[in-house]
Amino acid sequence: MRNLVAIPIIILTVILQSAIVSRLPLLAGSADLSLVVLAAWALQDGVETAWHWALAFGLLVGFVSALPFFVPVAGYLFIALLARGLQARVWQIPLLAMLSVCLIGTAFFHMISLGALKILGAPLEISNALGWITLPSMLLNSLLAIPVFTMVRDLARWVYLPLESE
Amino acid sequence: MKNLFSRTLQITIVFLVVAGILALALGGFFGPVSNAVTRSLVGAQTWFSSRFVALQYLLTSSRDVAAMREQNIRLQAEVAELQAQVIQLQQQAAEREILAALVDFSRTHSEDTFLAAEVIGKDPSPFLHYVIINRGSNDGVRKGMPVVTNQGLVGRVTAVIADAARVQLITDPASNVNVRLQNAKTESSLVGSLTGDLTLELVQQNVAIERGDLVLTSGLGGGYPPDLIVGQVVNVRARESDLFQQASIQPVVDFNRLQIVLVVVDFTPVDISPLIPAP
Repeated sequence: MRNLVAIPIIILTVILQSAIVSRLPLLAGSADLSLVVLAAWALQDGVETAWHWALAFGLLVGFVSALPFFVPVAGYLFIALLARGLQARVWQIPLLAMLSVCLIGTAFFHMISLGALKILGAPLEISNALGWITLPSMLLNSLLAIPVFTMVRDLARWVYLPLESE
Repeated sequence: MKNLFSRTLQITIVFLVVAGILALALGGFFGPVSNAVTRSLVGAQTWFSSRFVALQYLLTSSRDVAAMREQNIRLQAEVAELQAQVIQLQQQAAEREILAALVDFSRTHSEDTFLAAEVIGKDPSPFLHYVIINRGSNDGVRKGMPVVTNQGLVGRVTAVIADAARVQLITDPASNVNVRLQNAKTESSLVGSLTGDLTLELVQQNVAIERGDLVLTSGLGGGYPPDLIVGQVVNVRARESDLFQQASIQPVVDFNRLQIVLVVVDFTPVDISPLIPAP
């Protein structure tokens, strides 16, 4: 039943992303709170709903954003996949795994966003996108990674530990 | 009888001694002794008094500190409340200023019908320059409607739901606005970019563009109404090897501080895409 907490958290995250985080740019880049929260959730021990979260984030961001619908869905599913893969291998150092997922995930997400927008005809320069958007966004996501990871870890403990102890 | 005599003698001697002492004292013969005694008494009194005052100060001052602390906390709370009120009033004043400017703008453009909307969000993707406004189809907002402020053109509505709409800013990389230069009397195309810079493209080489020239919408293509201010020329790039010259445009609208915008609800955009031949 406590898994239902995902619904308000995902909605609140996307609202915060759109209303606040996107308005705090570094150069032309901005942090992706949804990506960081999803990565932190998928890296927690015992979490089995990472795919659901990825899909929900993808659908909601796809609804809010003008990006083609499949871009956030594919992007967040990849981040969940990456996080689950790293969680199985680098479980001893979760913060390292978190930073890795944020950096690689941001790069991948921006790559598919850029690819999709270019296919749709937007005149985007890759060098500009990399220097002005992707690198600053990676830095911002890395800065958010550790505090968000700590908060999400507490949330995961609240959701799963009581069930395990019962 | 003998006892009575002895007692009377004793009383008389004591009386005489006391009278003698008094007489000596009144005569000033006991001055040094009196001074010494007085000084000792005053010293002792002073010592006790000072200790008492110190103790009293200690006891009463602790009560004062507690009272002052309480008062300080109360005043700090009051200051915080007043500061919150000041911020709220400043915000209201700023909003009123914006609204007054928008009302003024709508009066000067009485031929158009405007709907005020608040900017409530920005597109989560940093590659796109879109904002979200709190007016939607329930308020009469439709896809393609231009969005302006009192300063100039902001963009156009690209998606609408019941109570919100998404607006593509003119700084978006995919944005393309047909404009004209007020002084040069020439038409060209204004495109956005990833970084939010605006560039004037497709300006013929023989057209003289000068820094400070005003850029207005031309109305060509039917996407925007004509004569909306877009920006000013800040830099011209003209090379002989190029077919066209380019110019950097400083937008009149500060897109980082968009709070309230006006949707031009009586403008129906013309979709000319069926007329454009497929490549």
